[in-house]
Amino acid sequence: MSNTLILEQAQRFLAALRHCQVLGLQVHDASPLGLTLRLPYSRQIVGDPESGVIHGGAITTLMDTTCGISTVCALAEFEVCPTLDLRIDYMHPAEPNKDVFGFAECYRVTPNIIFTRGYAYQDDPAQPIAHVVGTFMRMGKGVAGDKQLKRDIQGAGA
Amino acid sequence: MSDLKLNQRVSQAHENGDYDALISLMPYAKLLGMQCLRLGEDMVFRLPANQDNIGNPLLPALHGGVIAGFMEHAAMLHLLMFMGIPHLPKIIDFSIDYLRAGHYRDTYAQCQVWRQGRRVANVAITAWQTNQTEPIATARAHFKVDEP
Repeated sequence: MSNTLILEQAQRFLAALRHCQVLGLQVHDASPLGLTLRLPYSRQIVGDPESGVIHGGAITTLMDTTCGISTVCALAEFEVCPTLDLRIDYMHPAEPNKDVFGFAECYRVTPNIIFTRGYAYQDDPAQPIAHVVGTFMRMGKGVAGDKQLKRDIQGAGA
Repeated sequence: MSDLKLNQRVSQAHENGDYDALISLMPYAKLLGMQCLRLGEDMVFRLPANQDNIGNPLLPALHGGVIAGFMEHAAMLHLLMFMGIPHLPKIIDFSIDYLRAGHYRDTYAQCQVWRQGRRVANVAITAWQTNQTEPIATARAHFKVDEP
């Protein structure tokens, strides 16, 4: 798939997820190599009111979403892929008043399982605030409601 | 966290059996709509069904990140309330297994502190909806609990 097609699919995928709209998640970059989403800083996702540091839960949502949508970078066609498990290691707290970026890639795709990994960062991808690994299940074709969602995400041209 | 007087707020909440004030200190917990229910010596955390927490439009189901964030925050509050920690514990790592879809309905979580050392605490969290014996997710987390 071309970068533009992957980008469009990632944007439509993200638009379908209500909670991601609440957080204001945006697609920053998408290619066959992986996906980067942006979590804008806002008061509503603060975990520590004194320091203004973002709650780990918002970073987890960013990374679960990034890993989940990064499956479109690796699959020829859209598939529903629920999360089996996710692990996050926090390197250091996010700096307040700054957006957080999440990058994820699929490093192994089997007929049933997709293994993803990624990291969250602010200014410098080489200084991540968190590392993530996540495993996703491929549901294959014929999941309830799958066709409509697939049409919505792949777009009219697909 | 000295300005927040967390110790005082925790003992006040225990006395009144009202944990809303404690929860509303943290904007993210308010965003999700978290609540605390005190059942004798146990604490159950509740996440009422909320359209804004939906991730999967098909089922519909809660966003996996919301379930994880709810469980992570439940663990943090549990440490704050029961382990005599006077400041917000800091998350070190968090690992979650999704066992069933989290449907669009109320979700509950309960925590178990398996080990609290001087510097680090290990907490297991279980989340369920209709039946506690059929969890929708289990998680474990490490927190740094010594002085920041």
